[in-house]
Amino acid sequence: MRIEDCSEGVTERGADEGVNSRLAPRASILLHTTAEDHHVARMAAVALGLTVLEAAIPSPLPGVKPGLANIVTLIVLARYGWRTAAWVSLLRVLAGSLLFGNFLTPGFFLSLSGALLSLLVLAFAQYLPRRWFGPVSQSIFAAFAHIAGQMAVVYWWLIPHAGIAYLIPIFAAAALVFGTVNGLIAARFINNAVNSD
Amino acid sequence: MQTVMLRYLKVGDWLTLVLGAVCVVLLTFKLWSGELADQAIIRSGGKIFQTVPLSRNQNIEVPGPLGISLIAILNRKARIASDPSPRQYCVRQGWLQQAGEIALCLPNQVSVELVGSRKRYDSLNY
Repeated sequence: MRIEDCSEGVTERGADEGVNSRLAPRASILLHTTAEDHHVARMAAVALGLTVLEAAIPSPLPGVKPGLANIVTLIVLARYGWRTAAWVSLLRVLAGSLLFGNFLTPGFFLSLSGALLSLLVLAFAQYLPRRWFGPVSQSIFAAFAHIAGQMAVVYWWLIPHAGIAYLIPIFAAAALVFGTVNGLIAARFINNAVNSD
Repeated sequence: MQTVMLRYLKVGDWLTLVLGAVCVVLLTFKLWSGELADQAIIRSGGKIFQTVPLSRNQNIEVPGPLGISLIAILNRKARIASDPSPRQYCVRQGWLQQAGEIALCLPNQVSVELVGSRKRYDSLNY
């Protein structure tokens, strides 16, 4: 992405680029976006939709969520690589927090820490031999990393009490189950794409 | 449907699944076993009133601003048997048995905390 100040060059550019630019509103700053940017934005929007969808699902324990948005992260990782996956994941966290109104609240930092540690683990997990390891493995590793990141923030910042250790088995079990399910869904989409190609 | 989904699981994925399941089971055993307590720390007004072993059955009277809280120790368990606090939360908490368990009578500023041989994180003094 390139940000360009073109407060003086608007009319000139309009003449160069034809009708579309002339119809565009006069802007002092133009964002020059690439096809990749659009793609990241689209995938992040899909992930965001899944986040909103999932917020409507009641959960027996606060914090136990399926993490459906991670399906998108896994698919992007498989198709476009880690860098794009990181963009999509972090944009989803940021935009999601703005959407739910919890930007910079503890909830935001919980999502962020989970997403960051997941991405870190995925950076390594993507190099697992493809022949034996599929998206399900990556998903499970990422899910465990996600709760590890969250528990670390909870323990070091929010609730510095050993009592939260009692919750870890529940979160770990949820991570295993939802990690597997998300991984299977992601694998299905990834395989479909491979087959249709 | 089931078989279609299973097709996406490769050998390594099964390995990861099993490894994850083992981790969950180990974590559950490790974190939920809860070591048995050896001692009860009784606090009054934020200061340690008395530290008593759970091996001996006894009743202890602890004075607080509202009156006397009666703490009972019986068969390696401890409870607050009576307390002048209006809502009786600590009394209704019942018997404490595992290390880390704690009963607080905030109005009377009395608490009982069970600790094991290995002292765990002390949230009261944090």
